Formats: sequence, C-alpha cells, structure tokens
Amino acid sequence: MTRAWAGINPLRPMIGMKAESRVPRPLPERIPRVPSEPDQRPSVMRQGLGVLAYAIRTEPGVFTGAVLASAVYGVMTVGSSWALGWATEHAVLPAFRTGRATQGTLAVAALLIVGVALVKALGVIGRRVLAGIMQYRMQARSRREVSRQYLRLPLAWHHRHPTGQLLSNASSDAEAAWAPLAPLPMAIGVVVMLVVAAGAILLVDPVLALVGFLVFPAIAALNFVYQRRLSPRMMRAQQLRAEVSEIAHESFDGALVVKTLGREDAEAARFQTRADALRDANITVGRIRGLFDPLLEALPTLGVLAVLLVGSLRLAGGDVTPGELIQVAYLFTLLAWPIRALGWVLAELPRSAAGWSRVRAVLTASGSMEYGTARLAGTGPATLEVRDLTYAHVPDTPVLAGVTFTVRPGRTLALVGPTGAGKSTLTQLMVRLIDPDRGQVLLDGTDLREAAQGEVSAAASLVPQQTFLFDDTVRGNLALGTRDPVPDERIWAALRLAQAEGFVSALPRGLDTRIGERGATLSGGQRQRLALARALVRTPRMLILDDATSSVDAQVESRILRGLREGSPESTVVVVAYRMATIALADEVVYLEHGRVVDRGTHDELLTRCRGYRDLVTAYEREEAERASLDAGEEVVA
Amino acid sequence: MTSLRVEERSAIATLRTGLALSPEFRAGLPVTLLLAALATVGKVIVPIAVQQVVDRGLKGSAPDLPFIRTAVLWCAAAVVLTAVCGYLMNVRLYRSTESGLATLRGKGFRHVHDLSVLTQNTERRGALVSRVTGDVDQISTFMQWGGLMVIVSVGQLLIAGVLMAVYSWQLALVVWGCFLPLVIVLPRFQRWVARAYTDVRERAGDMLAAISESVVGSAVIRAYGSEERTARRIDAAVHAHQRSQTRAQKIIAFTFPTTELVGAVAIAGVVLLGVRLGVAGEISAGRLIAFLFLITLFISPLQTATEVLNDAQNAVAGWRRVLGVLDTPADVADPGPAGQVLPRGPITVSFRDVGFAYPGGPPVLHGVSVDIAPRTRIAVVGETGSGKTTFAKLLTRLMDPTAGQVLIDGVDLRQVRFSSLRERVVMVPQDGFLFDGSLADNIRYGRPAASDEDIALAMTELGLTDWLDGLPAGLNTPVGQRGESLSAGERQLVALARAYLADPDLLLLDEATSAVDPATEVRLARALDGVTRGRTAVSIAHRLSTAEAADEVLVFEHGRIVQRGPHAELVARDGVYADLYASWTSAARTS
Repeated sequence: MTRAWAGINPLRPMIGMKAESRVPRPLPERIPRVPSEPDQRPSVMRQGLGVLAYAIRTEPGVFTGAVLASAVYGVMTVGSSWALGWATEHAVLPAFRTGRATQGTLAVAALLIVGVALVKALGVIGRRVLAGIMQYRMQARSRREVSRQYLRLPLAWHHRHPTGQLLSNASSDAEAAWAPLAPLPMAIGVVVMLVVAAGAILLVDPVLALVGFLVFPAIAALNFVYQRRLSPRMMRAQQLRAEVSEIAHESFDGALVVKTLGREDAEAARFQTRADALRDANITVGRIRGLFDPLLEALPTLGVLAVLLVGSLRLAGGDVTPGELIQVAYLFTLLAWPIRALGWVLAELPRSAAGWSRVRAVLTASGSMEYGTARLAGTGPATLEVRDLTYAHVPDTPVLAGVTFTVRPGRTLALVGPTGAGKSTLTQLMVRLIDPDRGQVLLDGTDLREAAQGEVSAAASLVPQQTFLFDDTVRGNLALGTRDPVPDERIWAALRLAQAEGFVSALPRGLDTRIGERGATLSGGQRQRLALARALVRTPRMLILDDATSSVDAQVESRILRGLREGSPESTVVVVAYRMATIALADEVVYLEHGRVVDRGTHDELLTRCRGYRDLVTAYEREEAERASLDAGEEVVA
Repeated sequence: MTSLRVEERSAIATLRTGLALSPEFRAGLPVTLLLAALATVGKVIVPIAVQQVVDRGLKGSAPDLPFIRTAVLWCAAAVVLTAVCGYLMNVRLYRSTESGLATLRGKGFRHVHDLSVLTQNTERRGALVSRVTGDVDQISTFMQWGGLMVIVSVGQLLIAGVLMAVYSWQLALVVWGCFLPLVIVLPRFQRWVARAYTDVRERAGDMLAAISESVVGSAVIRAYGSEERTARRIDAAVHAHQRSQTRAQKIIAFTFPTTELVGAVAIAGVVLLGVRLGVAGEISAGRLIAFLFLITLFISPLQTATEVLNDAQNAVAGWRRVLGVLDTPADVADPGPAGQVLPRGPITVSFRDVGFAYPGGPPVLHGVSVDIAPRTRIAVVGETGSGKTTFAKLLTRLMDPTAGQVLIDGVDLRQVRFSSLRERVVMVPQDGFLFDGSLADNIRYGRPAASDEDIALAMTELGLTDWLDGLPAGLNTPVGQRGESLSAGERQLVALARAYLADPDLLLLDEATSAVDPATEVRLARALDGVTRGRTAVSIAHRLSTAEAADEVLVFEHGRIVQRGPHAELVARDGVYADLYASWTSAARTS
C-alpha cells in the first residue's frame, strides 16, 4: 500500500541527448542542482503549498470530486469500525450471553459490514481515478507549456542552456512539480477521517478519546519529523542517481575515445566514485526509513494496547460496553495506515517546489523574438545587405565585429575564413536565428527584425553545418513547415538537384521511408544531401550553405554546385566553404578573420592582394609545391 | 539488432546468478532473516491481546484488572522488541543490498567499456546506460521493499493462518475460502497493471523524443519556420502519454479495493458463522473477535502482493539485462598481465594476410598484407566502403581480424597488453568527441599528468595559439556537453591536441581534420607527422594533399589493397589511384 499511489515512474531524466544542430555557443549556465538547504525549508514548504493551490485553482472541478470521494472513503473507514462495533454489541455478544442467535440482527450486521465496505471501495476508486486525472492533466499542461516556450524562445536562449537540462525541465521537473497531487486528496480524506473518528470516540467515551488524542497527534508528529528528515536525503540520492546516469551516458557516448586512449580504468574509477556516493546516500535514506517505519507501525499498536488497558478500567466502572471497546480498538488499527498519507504529501512538497521553480524559470524566461509587420513580398532572388554587424556570445569577446557587405540578387557569395572566425554565427544572423548586438541584416532593404513572423523563414533557407533530421519520413523532413502541401514532383526535383534522388528512390518505401534516430540508417553524406534538398524544395529567395556539403565526396559536390548555377538563378546564394572548387564558383568572396572582414572581392583579386586568404585557400598547393621543390632539391643533391 | 547475450534463464536461475555476482547481498543474511521473522511475529500481537483481554480479562462480571495489566505490559514489551528488530533488520538490509548494487553497477559499467566497438554499436546508448542505472534501480526496489515484503507477508499470512486454525478451523475455512479466489485473480490484475505501465513507459519515450526535437532541432525548426508542426507533434505525444497514464491509473483504482471488499465479505461470513458456532459453544467471544482482527492481517499482504509480483518481475528483468551485459564476452579482450609490454620507440606494423567480416556479414577485407616501416607517413585512400576504416580499426585493435594477424614490432596485437598498446598506438576519429569540462581537461585526457605548461607547449607546437587566444577563457573555456559549445572544426582541433599530447609512437588519423580550414590543417599535419620524433603517421585521407605528402599511399578497393607506393609513382600509372587523382583535381581546381 505504501507505494501504490506513487505507481511506477516511467520517466527517468534523459541526459546528454544527441545534439546535432548545435553551433558554437558560449559558456553554458549551470543551474545549481541541489535546490534547498535545510535552513530554507519552511519557505520551500510554503512554496510547495503554493504550487498545490495553483493546481487546485486550475482544476477546481476534478479536485473537488477527488476530495469528496476521499471524504466518503474517510467517513466509511470510521464507519466500518462502527459497523463492527455495532455487530459485536448487538449481534455477537448478546448471542454469546443468551446462547441464542437472532437471525434478523445477524443479517443486518452482515449487510452493514459489506455495505460500508462497498461504499468505501467506491470512494477509493473515485479518489484514485480523479486524483490521477488531475495529476496527469497538470503534468501534460506543464509539458505543453514548456515545449511551446522552447519553440518560442530565441536560439540565443537555447545556446545558454544545456540540452540535458532543458529535457529534464520538460520531463522529470514537470513530473516532480505535480507529484503531491496524487496523495493530496487522500490526505484531505484522512483529515476528515480523523475528525469523524475523534467525534466517534468522543461519543463512546471521553477518557478513551483522550488516548486517541495522545496517540494520533503523536503519529502525525512522528510522520512530520520523518518526512522532514527524509526528503532532503532523498533529494540528494536522486541527484546522485542523475549524476551516475550522466557519467554513464557521457562515457558510453565517448566510448571510442575512451578505448583509443586506453582510459577504461580511469572511467570505471570515475563512475565507481559516484556509484559509491549513491550507495552511501541510499544507505543514509535507508537508515532513516529503517528507524521510522517500525516506529510508525509500533505506535498505533501501543495505542490499541492502551485502549485495552484504559478501556477495561472504564468497563469496570460501567462507562463503556465491550462492543464500544472493540470498536475503538478496531478504529485504531484502521487509522494507522491512512494517517501516513499526510506524510506522503509533505515528503513530495520540497521536490515539487524545486521542480516547479525550474518549470517556472522556463515559462517566465523573457527574450522572445519580437516580430515586426513588414512582408518580404518580392519574388526571385533577393538582395542581402549586412551592415556593421556585431555579435558576442560572451560580453567583451565579440565573435563578429562591424561586418558589412552586400550581395546583389542572384549572385553567389563565398564566406571564407579560418576555423573559429565566426562564419557560422554570421549565417545564423542572416536568417535571424539570433539578433545582432549592433548593426542590421536587410533583405531587399527590410531589416529582418521588422519582418512579420514566418516571413524570414519563407524567404531564406539555411543549411547548417551539422545535419539535423527529424524522426519522420523523407517527405515529412523535406516538406517541414511549408505553408502549402508540396507536390511530389517538386520534392523529387529538389532531391535531384541535391544529388539525392538515387538513394532515396532505393529506400524501401521511397519518400515515405522513416528516417531520423529510429529510422533508416543513412551515411553522413546522404543526410547532408537530404538537408540540402529540404532547403531547395522551398525555392528560397536566399540560400545559405554553411559548409553543408563537407561529408559529400568531391565529385558529387561539384555536380550539386553546377546544378545550382545552371539555368536562371532562383536564389541569392551565400556559401561557407574551404574547397577551392566551391569558392571558385562564387561571384565574390568575403574573407573573415577573428570576426572582422579582412577583404572582399573576386577570388582572383583576393588571391593576389590578401595574404591571409591566399595562405588559407592555397595551403594545399603550397605544401605540394614545397614538397616538390624539396624532392627536386634532394634529387639534385643525390 | 543487439549482439548482447540474452541467456534464456529461468527466474530462479537469474536470481541465483544475480545474487552470486554481488556477494554483499548474502553477507549476514541469516541474521537479517531472523530479525525479519521476529519483526513479523509482532504483527499478531493485537489480535492475541484482544482475544486474551476479552476471553480472560472480561470473562467475569467485573474485568480482571491485574491480568489485563500484565497481558498489556507483556504485549507492549513485544511491540518494542518488534520495533527494535525491524530497525536492525532494515539497516542491515539497506547496507548489504546497496553495497551489492554499487558493485553490480561498477562491474556492468566496466564491462560495457570492455566490449568491442562492434558490440557497443549494436546497442543504443540510452539502452546501455539504463543497464547500469535504471535496471539496477529496479533490482534495488525489489531487494529492499518487495523481497522483504514477500518474507514479511508470507510470514504474516502463515502466522495469521495458523492462529486462525487454532482458534477455529471452521471459521478459518470460511476466511480461506473467501480469499482463495484472489490467488487466481490477483496475478491477472497484476498482468493488466504491468501491461498498462509498459504502455505508459513507451508513450513516455515517444513524448521525450518529440520534446527533445524542439530542443535539439531548435536551429532547424526556426530556420524553416516549422514551430507549429513541431508543437502539434509534441501535443499529440503528450496527450497519448497522458491518456495512457490515466488508463493505467483506472486499472489500478478498480483492482486495488478488491482485496478489501473480499475482506469485508470474510468478516461478515465470520460474524454469521461465528455466532452460530458460539451459540453451539464451539468458540469463545474473544476468539471470534480476534478473528475479525486477524482478517485485517490477511488484507494488507494480499494488497501488496500485486505490487510485489510486479517488482519481482521487474527485478528479474533488470537482472537479466545487467547479466546480459556481463554474459557478453569481451570479444576484443585485454590479455592482462599475461600480455606483453612493448618498449616505446619507433614502431613497425605488419598485416599478414588479414581478412575481416562483420558478424553475419560478407567479408569486407580480404588477404591484406602490408608492412609499415617506422618513421613513415602512410596515406590510406579509397572510395566509401572500400575497407579503409576497417583497416584502421584492426590496426588500433578496436576489432580483431577474422583471418590472419596484425603485428606490432613482430608481436601479435592480441598478445599486447592494452595499457602498452594504447600508449603506442592512438587513433583520432572523425567525430571529435569531447567530455563536459574545460578545454584543458579534454586535452589532458590522454595524459592526465600533463601540466598546463605541457598543454600550452603542445598548442604552440601545433600552431593553435592563435585560435586559443580568440576563445573567451583560453584553456579554461568550458566545452559543454559533448563539446557542443565549440564548432565542429574546433572540436577536431581539441581532439587532435588530445592525441598529440598523449604522444604515441603511431598516430592514426581517420579523416580527423575534415572540418578544419586548409591552412590550419596543413599546419597540423606537419606537426602531427612528427617524423623527427620517430613517429609513424597513418592518415585516412579525404584530401589529395594528404596523399601527396605521404611517403607511401595504400589504395583500397573492395576490401583489398590494389595499389601501393609513393604518390608520384602511382599517379603515373593507370589504375584506381590515377582515377581518384583525376576526380580530386577536377573537384579542387576546376571552376
């Protein structure tokens, strides 16, 4: 019975999920994960009650129903002892005294006992079903709200929060926040039960009632102390459990690195340290449970013995009947368990408060992207203008500083620069995934920040460096969020242009084949080509490729790029690239170093006048040349 | 899919093997069980006390107060003793089970790392993690609560049953008759509940997957304006989960009160028959009333039985999964102390007629024989699927060949201790996986004793100081989970620095600089060759320059080395390499 209401927890915090689409991001914020110290506990309790009050305000109907059902259960629990006492007094003892059984009274007694049990069972069913409905509704509501918020908040906010944390906000935190709702109606029913029981005992005998008034508050107080001592230690154990799982996740994810550097023993030691800490924390929890559980069981038993002792004194004085004595003793055994529900609610409150505060932090996070009202209504290739763009992930270390350039409609611009120069950040600014600290990005003369919601993504498509495919069909992945249904011919045309037609038509169910984590396995190059087709299918007026063909082999890549340039250009193209073939296709090159534009011009112009650019793009040839001259030198020497 | 061993073991055999794995479980078990038995006895004190008081204390016209006082005192003493036994038992149980489980976790974790990459890759990461976390937790729930409940409940049922038979066999038959149908019904209920919860867990998995897309795919969702579509998918998954939870709750709500209802029927039956027996003088009033209390002792064990059965099944399933890991042989095993430790220095590698086939698959490498001399730069080229990566994995002993031998310094790799092998041969994979921590932590990973100065020196030698200076906190920059805070190219830089600092005699690069800019790549390649240090470098090449710079090129096609020799020589000949070269140059230089 102890854990019946808690059920089985199907959600384990999911940590370290694969994050493929992450681009450079700044120092992640670490939220301290042990939320409450003992000295803050009263306020945590108050917060927990506040969370409950919010749930009651949100679902008043279901809550009232659950409480009423629980009250029925409470009253009937006392009622069952009364029925037994009545049966003893009116049916059992008279029969033993007189040696004659009265069938009528006996039948009434039996019906009474079964009838009370039936009503009590209905109360239990109603309470459990309604409490469940309420708890799961609140959980689902929080999850919907949190994930809506994830979709609403700007990418910069996502970059500040680790994936694992965001996932546990939506899963385990949303669960913890509403966990006390399961035992809450029961606890309220228990209060009703206690009041009725107190009344019932008082009616029997004030002296016996005194025993009850000593024993039950003692049980409640013991419970209170129990839960207050237990819950911080439970939270610590929970925390360690998450850490153990985090280490396992990371370590198994990096298994190849662990192996190739021969670090298995060190990893095992790292894991064992946390596993041992978890063991110690669990033993501490166990010690407290081990102490309080037997005490909580002994107390009502001692109460019954006290009732027998005091009761027989009262019996001698003629103040109570034997039947009444039995009724009170039975009541004590009945109340012993339910009274613990008060402790269960108490136990969940701190966890609930902590979970809710983390959910709230997401829900109240500000910085949603503001949208304007302008439409990007033109057709055909767009003009892109970047003006004095400055952006810093971390204050005072700008990734981009004063970047300015223009791309005329239908032209292709190559962004070139060393690793870490800020190219990917620039591509994100160009489709307004993030907003600049200073400066502007203009599409056909309209600042992206003034465009209405959905306008930028309809006009401009970015293919990021790292491919992210949804757990969906090929068609679903390509059509993704387009305003109108896309005809198959257009999908196939895009696949053809992305050099993906061949392998997609070879998939078992063609466009309807499921891909993504649980779908068909695709190579890195194939995934990249699908991501490219996803952009091409919407014939964007501006296409931005962030090193989007790095896993595609050279011949296929050149076919893709030639395809893009054939016919009349439908898009203005910005491409981040290292390969000379890609760069050479561009009408113009912007060369970046440390977030600044060092030079811009045609490939040939930059080759002749920009040293950094020359060093970068001709690195392979120079190496080759050096080696050739070295070999020649050696030959001369030989 | 999975290649982890799934032994078809019976539940009992699983329990026995599981217990044998963690000797801590059995430490002091007899005493713990004795304490549990004593703690159970305490449960029947109330019915006995009631019976004694009613039958003997209240027998006459006036209560026998001295007798009642003595009886109550004895009973109180028994209650206190029970509580003490309960406490001691709990503490012992928690200590032994938690210690056993911590050992089990550690063993499981270590064994996962001992499995070959082949075996590891057949499992989803999350599934492997749960074998050392969630699966072990399921065992602990049973060991600390369910298993004990079985003992206590069975004890309680036995004692209450025996006591009933002693008081009145006729009434005992009534009670047993009422509860017997539950023995058949409860397991069925339990199956319903278990099935409902399996469904809840599956729906929860779907829901998390849907929500995780909104986090992991945040950039793509925004770039393609697909917020609405994603929100709809999440709503559907959240709703399906909620519905499944509610369904499970309803099943529990309707099945749970059954036992108590049966209890009430039993009580009514006992009252009806008991009074008749009493009138016939076959039972005393006290005994009859004690019976009513004894019935309550029947209810709680049966109510928990459903859950305990569920726990027991979960524990056995959990144990099976953990044992599944441990039973799977470490197919690429460390020879341990029996293995050879090779001295450091210039390294010779020989492949002798090496073949390889993935389990159940066709051979992907056939009769590969090649000698790699010390201090050489080798480039491995070939189309996707030609066997390059397999060659690399065999060379670093991530897998063992299915035919032939791989030798370093004339010793079969299978005879070399891992500690010695990993010190001499290091591979840098394409995906530069980083651990959550600072840049310095990651670079130091292969050589934990390295100082900050060593790291700074290494970064200078690799020509990466410029890049490092541009980072907000230099070497102390946190890289984020899996290195997410860095770009793909930057992660590769760190992974290379990590291997460089480990300073192996042979460095194998598997397209390790594919996302790095050309100038940096050339600089890195020079530093990493380190031929002056006597190091051998093997590169799986994706760019022409790497092949050109190599002393020797190995050309793979269809799992065979079809050509080998220096670039200049190969390019002059007709063949696979010349074709490859032609396509490379056209891609790199045409416009």
